[in-house]
Amino acid sequence: MAENQFFVDSDKLSKEALEKKHRIETDPSARTNHMEYMEGMERISSDIMDKVIGQMNSYNPDEYTEADVKRALHSENCSIEDFKALLSPAAAPFLEEMAGKAKMETSKHFGNTVYIFTPLYIANYCENYCIYCGFNCYNDINRKKLSFEEIEKEMRIISESGIEEILMLTGESRSASPIEYIGEACKLAGKYFKNIGLEIYPVNSDEYRFLHECGADYITVFQETYDADKYETLHLMGHKRVWPYRFEAQERALMGGMRGVAFSALLGLADYRKDALASALHVFYLQRKYPHAEFSLSCPRLRPIINNDKINPLDVHEKELCQIICAYRIFLPYVGITVSSREEKHFRDGIVKIAATKVSAGVSTGIGDHESKYSGGEDAETGDEQFEIADDRSFDEMYKDIAGEGLQPVLNDYVYV
Amino acid sequence: MIKINGNLIEADEIKLADYLNENGYRTGRIAVECNEEIVPKSQYESFIIHSGDVVEIVSFVGGG
Amino acid sequence: MKDTFVLGGKEFDSRFILGSGKYSMELIQAAVKNAGAQIITLAVRRTNTKETENILDYIPDNVTLLPNTSGARDAKEAVRIARMSRELGCGDFVKIEIMRDSKYLLPDNAETIKATEQLANEGFVVLPYMYPDLNVARDLQNAGAAAVMPLGSPIGSNKGLATKDFIQILIDEIDLPIIVDAGIGKPSQACEAMEMGAAAIMANTAIATANDIPAMAGAFKSAIEAGRTAYLAGLGRVLERGAAASDPLTGFLRD
Repeated sequence: MAENQFFVDSDKLSKEALEKKHRIETDPSARTNHMEYMEGMERISSDIMDKVIGQMNSYNPDEYTEADVKRALHSENCSIEDFKALLSPAAAPFLEEMAGKAKMETSKHFGNTVYIFTPLYIANYCENYCIYCGFNCYNDINRKKLSFEEIEKEMRIISESGIEEILMLTGESRSASPIEYIGEACKLAGKYFKNIGLEIYPVNSDEYRFLHECGADYITVFQETYDADKYETLHLMGHKRVWPYRFEAQERALMGGMRGVAFSALLGLADYRKDALASALHVFYLQRKYPHAEFSLSCPRLRPIINNDKINPLDVHEKELCQIICAYRIFLPYVGITVSSREEKHFRDGIVKIAATKVSAGVSTGIGDHESKYSGGEDAETGDEQFEIADDRSFDEMYKDIAGEGLQPVLNDYVYV
Repeated sequence: MIKINGNLIEADEIKLADYLNENGYRTGRIAVECNEEIVPKSQYESFIIHSGDVVEIVSFVGGG
Repeated sequence: MKDTFVLGGKEFDSRFILGSGKYSMELIQAAVKNAGAQIITLAVRRTNTKETENILDYIPDNVTLLPNTSGARDAKEAVRIARMSRELGCGDFVKIEIMRDSKYLLPDNAETIKATEQLANEGFVVLPYMYPDLNVARDLQNAGAAAVMPLGSPIGSNKGLATKDFIQILIDEIDLPIIVDAGIGKPSQACEAMEMGAAAIMANTAIATANDIPAMAGAFKSAIEAGRTAYLAGLGRVLERGAAASDPLTGFLRD
């Protein structure tokens, strides 16, 4: 199978930095043990990881047959085995039937509503070398961390557009974007938005509790890939390299009092069927352990980044993505499914009629550039984007498009308690 | 007065083993509780029921 | 692979828990034999008379006894009865039954949770009889129950699976054996519960009130085995009326 070529050298790196970069890229022994918790990382007692990984390792998608897929499509409760069949190659010819069943499940649980939110990147400093990510520490991009005045300015512009839910993001740098900084940003967000989510580096449960007290209520952490060996070859340096600590982030967030948690694998990094299985089972088993919590799944595919426009999701084409999303919906009818601006307009318009319940609008993955994007004004110094978006519709356009399809756009259905 | 399975018995104290023998209980088939505490089988020989005690003697019967 | 039913660390081949109430001791042996039952329930009662015969004399030695706490009106009384039953010297299994309602004999879920926690802490293998409520089942699981015993319909009513949809939720959501208890009136109802994925069936009145008790015990045995086999075999799909094909939903997909 084709592979992405991720390694890019910047001519701004010193000779020493380049040497180190090349060493960790080429010599596995120069890298730390990705299964070992670093100092300060909380360890929780949980059997969720063993359950998820056990199922994933024993999954052989080629074992499933047409009969298995038909049984899954006709059973009232989609079992784990049924879900495995729906993710298998045998289900590909049944995509239209899967979409029909997924649509029925979506309308049973969500009616015809589609939730609209927007992400706000407040900093893009990052200590990690994740070779596919535009924010990685060796990538030559403009770095920026918004001041509180700048954050508030961005929030004001976004909230004036009508958006009520915000997802705040940072690069994964505890030193550049400490917990206290993020907490202050949450308090500011409380002035402008009804629901505040965070997508930041994983933290300990007491820190999640602090952020919850600052007003955040939803934690998104992408595992990127559930294949720990593959993960090791993609996340070469930094705290993010520690795979199990990341895996347990959602559970720590729930222990810290967060209302909901979101999950995802980044499709295109490893075997997408196994990653999709593990993502959904991560939700499934946590839901059984924390039945009061809210859960949602995202389904991002790899995108080009600044300095590397060749990055692509390999074998995960739109059809495969659609199959995954339909299988998610049939297996987990009650979870939210987010489809981000990594996907093009035609895909997002189509998938919200089948299974997706949450879309972003008015998206910028850059830092501090909402004024130019929202009102055509001039932003001062901005920070570069994490990845190239594929759907740049504004909130107004998205709202009109959703309503025009006979769906009901929802901005908030939520009370912070 | 001692209360055994709801029946009042005129006595100040009775040795449990004596009471069970006199009434023909099969000690292998019963359990005894005194004032809501289990009396282990090993203590039947030495256990004294005092005036005011409430004793229950139970066995298995058919049930669903 | 052998399909065994594990409960409280013991393995059983049979998934039929037989009640021993409401029929004569002479018939118990024949009923146990025909039922192939390896677990039988019993109650604990005051023994006043100089009894010469005892129900234990009629139950084969290889059958596991499951005393219930019938007669208990709250958790405290259930704990007392359970301790007495253990003192009777037949193991650590106990079925918690707490009722404050003498008309329908419906279980008190809140008190049942309390008693389950207490008795599990004391080392009992606790099987709580309960009204099928998902939150209560989760609490029972967290309290240390070894299985959950939801009722199909009121005790002795022979009305079958009146709570079917809610029992299905417990089967789907709880990581413990779900044993359908109470209300099962006919072998076909026992079979249906097993097809749904119940781990075992507990029945008493349906057998005790049959004209031929040993024969009915055998009929339940066959039905429970058939339902279990069907569950393991995976039920086939039910053909629904053809879905109306409107515009294709996936026509928008590219590449």
